[in-house]
Amino acid sequence: MTEPIISATDLSRDFVVHTGRGLRRRRSVTRAVADLAFTIEAGAAVGYIGANGAGKSTTIKMLTGILVPTSGRVRTCGLDPHRHRRELARRIGVVFGQRSQLWWDLPLSESYRALAAIHRLGPQALRARRDTLVERLDLGDFLETPVRQLSLGQRIRGEIAAALLHSPDLLILDEPTIGLDVLSKERLRQFLLEERATSDTTLLLTTHDMDDVQRLTDRIIVVDHGRMAYDGTLAGLVRRVGADRVIVVDLEENAAPLDDVAGTRLLGVEADGLRQRLAFTPGSTTAAAVLAQVSARASVRDLTIEEPDIEDVVRRLYASGA
Amino acid sequence: MAELLRPYRALLASRLRAQLAYRRSFAMDLVGAAGIGVLELAEVLVIFSSISVLGELDLAGALLLFSFAGIGFSTADMVVGHVDSLPRYLRTGTLDAFLLRPLPVLAQLITSDLQLRRLGRTAVAVVVLVVALSMNTIAWSPALVALAVLTPVFSAVIFAALFVCAAGVQFWLVEGGEFANAFTYGGNYAASYPTSIFTLPMRVLFTFVVPAAFTAYLPTLVLLGHSGPAWTPAVLGWFAPVAAAGIWTVALLGWRAGLRHYTGAGS
Amino acid sequence: MSALAVYAGLGWRRWSAYRSAAAAGAFTNSVFGLIKAAITMGAIGAAGGTLAGYDALTGATYAWLAQALIGPVNVFTWTELAERIRTGDIAIDLARPIDPQAGYLAADLGRAAFQLLPRGAPPLLVGALVTGLALPAEALPYLLGLVSVTLAVVVSFACRWLMNLAAFWLLELRGVTTLYLVASNLLCGLVVPVHWFPPWLATIAAWTPFPAMLQHPIDIIMGRADGPEAFILLGEQVAWAIGLLVIGRVVFEVGARKVVVQGG
Repeated sequence: MTEPIISATDLSRDFVVHTGRGLRRRRSVTRAVADLAFTIEAGAAVGYIGANGAGKSTTIKMLTGILVPTSGRVRTCGLDPHRHRRELARRIGVVFGQRSQLWWDLPLSESYRALAAIHRLGPQALRARRDTLVERLDLGDFLETPVRQLSLGQRIRGEIAAALLHSPDLLILDEPTIGLDVLSKERLRQFLLEERATSDTTLLLTTHDMDDVQRLTDRIIVVDHGRMAYDGTLAGLVRRVGADRVIVVDLEENAAPLDDVAGTRLLGVEADGLRQRLAFTPGSTTAAAVLAQVSARASVRDLTIEEPDIEDVVRRLYASGA
Repeated sequence: MAELLRPYRALLASRLRAQLAYRRSFAMDLVGAAGIGVLELAEVLVIFSSISVLGELDLAGALLLFSFAGIGFSTADMVVGHVDSLPRYLRTGTLDAFLLRPLPVLAQLITSDLQLRRLGRTAVAVVVLVVALSMNTIAWSPALVALAVLTPVFSAVIFAALFVCAAGVQFWLVEGGEFANAFTYGGNYAASYPTSIFTLPMRVLFTFVVPAAFTAYLPTLVLLGHSGPAWTPAVLGWFAPVAAAGIWTVALLGWRAGLRHYTGAGS
Repeated sequence: MSALAVYAGLGWRRWSAYRSAAAAGAFTNSVFGLIKAAITMGAIGAAGGTLAGYDALTGATYAWLAQALIGPVNVFTWTELAERIRTGDIAIDLARPIDPQAGYLAADLGRAAFQLLPRGAPPLLVGALVTGLALPAEALPYLLGLVSVTLAVVVSFACRWLMNLAAFWLLELRGVTTLYLVASNLLCGLVVPVHWFPPWLATIAAWTPFPAMLQHPIDIIMGRADGPEAFILLGEQVAWAIGLLVIGRVVFEVGARKVVVQGG
């Protein structure tokens, strides 16, 4: 009964590349996306991860109908994206972090009025929806400022409101937090969490930021050279590649290097042993067990756990596949 | 119908507000655009300062011709002239944004950047038209009045189609804008002079391939009662709507093929 | 001096990267040449076979040469410097141990040198095939012509340099560039030869540097101005070049001081 909001079967896309000039000009075919198959259920939050050039943007373009697959099948919101592109456009919202969909010389309020007309929202529907988004994204202070004068963080919030104005079933964010400062990133994540909690918008997001993945998604898909490399939870991925987590302990007093804690590897000793960094592989031991062992030798004043870096995890995944 | 057009009204209104926001620079732009109109007029006047008849037209006839082409081209340039910078739209991702909205892409492209400042050039052409109508003796009949009124309109429609053709080509050729200029701006240049001064191959090119002659020269012949040269008789002056339909068919097919090429649907 | 040679080389290389742009430009120049030659010949025919010393063949040659030279000489617009002034990047140029005006001039000469053949040859070739060309048989006009074209590039650069400097004081340059385009295109002899102008317009043109950009080099190449006359034209070009470059330096100093003192 409930059809998945996105389903891709054997999805492939080739590009023709010309190299050289004149008579030496050669035509070659590169496969940007190869035999991708996945489904995303309505209401899910999925991170779509991969190195630059792994085929993320190509996939998103095929999901949204901007690009036609070379072979295979894709359905978004129950529609063939390319054939029913305009109908689909009413049901999805898309934000490209590095490209603007707003009118650069107009204030946000004007852009929203134009977008409301495009999506045929009535004046009342527009006002209600706009007021909610303005309040929750905190756009009030710069609603009347031309877009080109906004900071990146302000602009991205404006873009996201624009993409959500027509209450789409599916929100696709391509690198939404790229280039943002820590505070702006946090604010944006907070909003997206709230949005997911209050409506059942499905979220598909590409990112390089581990915190985005961790906070916002409950499933990740990793692509490598256009092929599916992993589909599952983040924890599962970390376990699979054996990426290390790092415990940083700040001790009350100087201690000898903790180089014999079971299941860990000592990465470094700072400030004469006041701060020590221990790496461990989830699965072989747990953070609690490590902490217990450390506490037995010295009193711990503070500790932090550093999660593996997404780039590192993906690199390990790529390496293990090769 | 009104409901169908609402999105476009909103898009246009927002464009116009943006352009009028900086009044001083907008005024400068208007003057600049009028300057281009004056430049083109100066060329005609300088030529006629040493001769009295070019093609079969005297200065009065040449000005009438010039004004038809000028009003048509500047209006088309104002409404759709920006579409020939398609590569910029591709590079900045604007076209992708258009593809993600529930409206036809070409309609969005056209309404995205209407250039009001080009009215300055139209204004020059309109003044020339008024002067030219008073200088010429025309045996007015209802049909000729209709022709005089409709000629600038169809002139604009034909030039607009040329711009859309120019846009379509650029889905394949990155430097297509420069090539296309030869036919859009070149078409305007050729249209501003009596087509009869061209050699036969060029006359055929600018009549039946790039229908520039229909925008001004042929209707001018009808209005002034001239017979026109071989292969392009004056009677063709009544067929600007046919030429417009033909070139728009080509333009829309080309645009469709170009968009299909861009989205990889084959072409 | 070697630094300037490097700049000229950079100018050449930057433009040689846009080969397809040069090809497209040459195509458009050639199509406009066809129209322009037809109009010129039509006008000369209507005038009874000669007009201000041009017959059909020399008139067509004028049109083709004009189309061949407008790319290299660049009588259109150039706003790179204005862009750098607006963005503040001009500070980088000021910090370099090379005179900015000399550096940009060298780069522009490099650009012109690259464009001379790819932008110039196709219109002349089309002209030779379609209407024929009336060109002198001896070598001297071409040698003097080369000097004259180089001077024309310098005069054109000096004018564009001055126009770009308006960006120190104006926020929006589009109006200024459009008016410059109109004045230069008409008065340099691009739309019709300056010799066809009615006396009052010819007088205005004579008081501007624009004929030195196109009309003078074409007169010299076609041998319309030969012997002492050619040298008078060259002298006029040298005078415009030096005068405009000096004014350009002074204005640049004033503008740059504004940037340094007020921080943009």
